[in-house]
Amino acid sequence: MSSYRLTNLVLPISVVVASAVGLLVLAGTNPWDPLQLIVEGSIGWPPFEAGKSAKVGDTVMVWVPIALASAGLIVTFNAGMWNIGIEGQIIMGAIAAAFVAREVSAPRPLLVLLTILAGAVGGLLWGLLVGVLRTAGGVNEIFGGLGLDFVAISFTTYLIIDPWARTGVASTSGTDIFPDAALLPSSSGTRLSLLAIAIALLAIGGVWILFRGTLYGLKLKAVGANLRSSFLMGIPTNRYLLGAFMICGALAGIGGTVQATGFHFKLIPAISGGYGFLAILVVLLARYQAFWVIPISFFFAMIAVGSSQLDLRLDLNSALGGVLQGVLVLSAMFGLGWAAYRTKRQLQEASGGDSG
Amino acid sequence: MKSRKRWLSTLAVFLSFALVAAACGDDSETTTTLDGGTDTTATPSAGAPDDFQIGIILVGPEFDRGYSQAHFEGAQYAIEQLGLPEENLISLDFVNPGDNPGLTPEGVAADMISQGADLVIFNSDDMRDGALAAAEQNPDIPMIWVSGDSAWADGKAYEAELTNLGNVWGQMIFGKMIAGCAAALTTETGELAYLGPLTNDETRRLVNSAYLGAQYCWENFRGESADSLDFTVTYIGFWFEIPGVTLDATQVVNDFIDGGSDVVLSGIDTTQALVRTGQRADAGESLWAVPYDFVDACQEAPGICLGVPYFNWGPAYLDIAQSVIDGTYTADWNWIAPDWSDINAVDSSVVGYGKGDGLSTENAADLDTFIAGLGDGSIQLYRGPLNWQDGSQFLGDGEVATDFQIWYSEQCLEGVVGACSINVFG
Repeated sequence: MSSYRLTNLVLPISVVVASAVGLLVLAGTNPWDPLQLIVEGSIGWPPFEAGKSAKVGDTVMVWVPIALASAGLIVTFNAGMWNIGIEGQIIMGAIAAAFVAREVSAPRPLLVLLTILAGAVGGLLWGLLVGVLRTAGGVNEIFGGLGLDFVAISFTTYLIIDPWARTGVASTSGTDIFPDAALLPSSSGTRLSLLAIAIALLAIGGVWILFRGTLYGLKLKAVGANLRSSFLMGIPTNRYLLGAFMICGALAGIGGTVQATGFHFKLIPAISGGYGFLAILVVLLARYQAFWVIPISFFFAMIAVGSSQLDLRLDLNSALGGVLQGVLVLSAMFGLGWAAYRTKRQLQEASGGDSG
Repeated sequence: MKSRKRWLSTLAVFLSFALVAAACGDDSETTTTLDGGTDTTATPSAGAPDDFQIGIILVGPEFDRGYSQAHFEGAQYAIEQLGLPEENLISLDFVNPGDNPGLTPEGVAADMISQGADLVIFNSDDMRDGALAAAEQNPDIPMIWVSGDSAWADGKAYEAELTNLGNVWGQMIFGKMIAGCAAALTTETGELAYLGPLTNDETRRLVNSAYLGAQYCWENFRGESADSLDFTVTYIGFWFEIPGVTLDATQVVNDFIDGGSDVVLSGIDTTQALVRTGQRADAGESLWAVPYDFVDACQEAPGICLGVPYFNWGPAYLDIAQSVIDGTYTADWNWIAPDWSDINAVDSSVVGYGKGDGLSTENAADLDTFIAGLGDGSIQLYRGPLNWQDGSQFLGDGEVATDFQIWYSEQCLEGVVGACSINVFG
């Protein structure tokens, strides 16, 4: 292994390990125990041990929306767009799916398919709205997306508290549970849905293919790299930007469907779970590489599900899991950036030595 | 070469830090502990196995000086009375989808059971779906869904097949009547406000009880006419404020006060009504507040606190835990009355009322008379004629409400101003 590769690998890992250990020591605990408990609380210890199928199911079903949103964000990031509106797109997907789940009667396979399609359409339209604001209205996608996130959250609360309120109850705790026929099929006694996993993997694979083997992906990258040059080269940039938002919105919307019909089984105000924002970190860490979304988002899903063990078993506040997550992301990005900087310096020094 | 040395030295610093930090870490066993718990004897009482554990799932913060803290301390009391060490209480707070979207009550229950819990308590009405699912998944583990009605054979939502899931609730209707009375005795403007959580049968029941207590004392102790007392309720949408989701509780309190109310009663799980009212009072306004749930809640603003209707879950949890230990546990619905011989008896009364410094001596004496009347039955506030808020009849002349009628309060009473069903933001 060359020293450059060693730098790129070891330095970020060292920074991450040191940061995690430092944080946990500051929290007053042995660093190993929390990490082991997060694994145990999410997939069992040893991993995937018998009797932990429900936990594994929960973790996987948290992974699915993060992975789907991450896959979508790879598309918009490659198009040069910061799609902060991803949260709203997840939420609108969940709302659309909830509408179908509550209002449509059909055999289960058909109803499940309809909820997924509705979720995709809901997210797609909300994503398209961000794109239209960007391309036709000149509204920066960060501000437009953020504004639409708030609109989506408020709309969810309105639906839950008023037209979709439980009988005699007006609580932001959520709607009634959906009919069984609308719920994602799952393994007995768990939330684990093979259909949801398949959709997430297909989405990630599709995005990988999009940027590895299609002209559309290549042009999208070109748009992201330089919008004006792409336009001058004859690429209809607005259409490509709108397409990116639509793809991302559709995938996020399916993630919302999974949240509503595969995890909570109802619509709740926080239906997105903050997984859209989390997916932004995933994609940044994955450096827009679709494959790396799989393990990184699974790691975050493990923290989301397993961090309650910190409170249950170590009397540490479970919010420490979120802090740990943030510290790991920041330190990893710092480590990656530092490694890249050092590599560049080394290459420059080597180049200078050769020429001299 | 120089660059490589620098790289290695940097790496060495990081790894050294990691290793040193790891070496300095706490090597203690991974056990459950209680924050702030008092010392307990390590020797279990007779009949309490030393590995008996209670798991309690809290909807809000463990130390909210409100609803969740009352439950937590009740479970602590049970553990202490059983002579068990504090490690035998397993708790998790913030179990709600807003704070922990990846957690479910049934998932937390499964964790607690795998950790050895022999009894699992769900402390919120909001955990209905999770409690039912957990009870179904773990039929051999006794469970309690607090404030629920799944074990009430005559109730609307009886779950006969869940023989391991019981319900417990205190008759807080009396605590709220006392709170309403204290407010009516004190108000200078004749305008009372109630900060409601979400709307359901339980919260309407409590609003109605506070209103009835206020009306009684307004007429019988103050000698005022019934229609000269204003009683307004605004619901925020959940048991406690969730930024961006519920109404802003502090802003609602401001609106109450700006609208003329000088006493704010709280129905939410946290102390914002008392805190905000106290801040306004510190600025020179004549204001008072009545918090809810937790015995020491008045400490947040003692000078303007008229007292607090609170839950004292210890005796109820001890009875339930003892029945589990004895093997006599049955999944019952228990709506427990206060101990009228002393509603503040720590070892026997599930509902109490702790008077606050803001209550005058004269009003405190009237309040005692009122409490005595409730206790001996001479004051019966749920007696007709009473109408619902929409004008329809709730109780005919002389008719006394049954438990069923009070429990399932489908509307607020006539005279209460504010939306009590759906469309709480409207």
